[in-house]
Amino acid sequence: MPRIAVIGAGISGAAVARELARRGHEVTVVERAAAAAGTSGRGEGNVLVSDKGPGPELELSVLSRRLWSALACELREELPEPFPSIEFEAKGGLVVATTEAGARSLEEFAGAQRAVGVRADVLDRASVNELEPHLTERSTAAIHYPEDAQVQPVIATEALLASARNAGATVITGTRVSAAVRDDAGRLSGVRVESRTGRRDIIAADQVVIAAGPWSAEVSSLLGAPIPVKPRRGMVLVTTRMPHRIRRKVYDADYVGAVGSSDVDLQTSSVVESTAAGTVLIGSSREQVGFRDDFRARIVAELARKATALFPFLAGASVMRTYSGFRPYMPDHLPVIGEDPRAAGIWHATGHEGAGIGLAPATAQLLASLIDGSPAPLDASPFAPARPSLAPYLNEPYPNEVTV
Amino acid sequence: MTAFRIPPHRDAVDPTPSAPLMISVDDTPIEGVTGQTIAGVLLGADRLSWRTTSTRGARRGLFCGIGVCFDCVAEVNGERDVRLCQRRAVDGDSVRTQHDALPILVPEDRN
Repeated sequence: MPRIAVIGAGISGAAVARELARRGHEVTVVERAAAAAGTSGRGEGNVLVSDKGPGPELELSVLSRRLWSALACELREELPEPFPSIEFEAKGGLVVATTEAGARSLEEFAGAQRAVGVRADVLDRASVNELEPHLTERSTAAIHYPEDAQVQPVIATEALLASARNAGATVITGTRVSAAVRDDAGRLSGVRVESRTGRRDIIAADQVVIAAGPWSAEVSSLLGAPIPVKPRRGMVLVTTRMPHRIRRKVYDADYVGAVGSSDVDLQTSSVVESTAAGTVLIGSSREQVGFRDDFRARIVAELARKATALFPFLAGASVMRTYSGFRPYMPDHLPVIGEDPRAAGIWHATGHEGAGIGLAPATAQLLASLIDGSPAPLDASPFAPARPSLAPYLNEPYPNEVTV
Repeated sequence: MTAFRIPPHRDAVDPTPSAPLMISVDDTPIEGVTGQTIAGVLLGADRLSWRTTSTRGARRGLFCGIGVCFDCVAEVNGERDVRLCQRRAVDGDSVRTQHDALPILVPEDRN
């Protein structure tokens, strides 16, 4: 039975571990801190099809969205109460433009998505009012994406890990990886690890999957297969709990542009939604500042201003706390899923930027089928570490210019 | 729990004598003194909880007492989500306790 070590117990590592364990592999997950302690626990739990234009990542999103529906049922059945619900909610997304130019490009964008099978309904004013009665009256266009959904990412990660354990996987937390172990023929035979208490060990593995999010740059470098993933920081504001007035994920059309941009500077666009607990989450910012997590009031002010432009009633809301997380950012804006061309036995599953929660199930299925040699659920070549668009960056030494 | 007030002559921070004030909580009048937070007035009247949780309706009052946890929120003079541990009581304040129902989740594929 092939032995596989998965580095990282975030949503990607958890999904990959579950998928591989259920296919009969002997899986060990090694996590430096705790489950969902990095990027996965510091986002909004987005499962979106709305924010991607036609292309390989949209195809991955569409597959993953379908898999999430099935997963939500499977996990509930496998992990009944008192295991908490993963709060999978098919709440739908509403993308709103507030300028005439924005309206035109949003409608074009939605048209292109519809052409490849995404549900993207153009709404008239009356329908907007019905879906989101508290939305600003100054919107110039609104597209409804009924397939957009949300999960509670920390519980979802824990549920995937619990399910992986049920299928035979072992999860080791508080332990970091230091190097790959290869036999005399150069074949991978395991990874060296060290626990927080200083205990050193070797975990036997024929294959290693690196799913360490933005920290994959460091881990992949230690394992001799450096990939150019960088942290891109995003901040979220959390309001106090309030009566439920925002029913969907509502975001301004700028968000799509910010997702696809390569700017290093701060960018913000409004993403507003309610959680199952009754708070409202207000995102989102993107900036490349390495792993710095200091508080910046300017971001809070900008996010608050843009959110109140979408929902004027939020002007009277109290912000209870803020948090930020580091999204794994790839220079060519595509996740990296597959075997490293330079180091046999080393596999990557990262670079999803802000979409990792949504894309985890499809990433796991794709990666597992590549490891198995079974038919892939979709074309894997756009995500391959050996893809041409990544080639110029693969020889960048780690640490790269944006570091701690 | 018994509320404990430092007599003015022993209060190094604010030795001026305090004047009585009156606030109402859900239309019930409660007496306090100037300088107290609204939470302080409530504790002084032996009131330990004023909010209820959404899921189980469990009682909540002061938890951290320093403005961090947001457990002690209530409506004050029409404004929601005021942390009573942070709001100085003013004579005539009208406090209403809050109970917020959980939002109803959108079930799968109802859209």
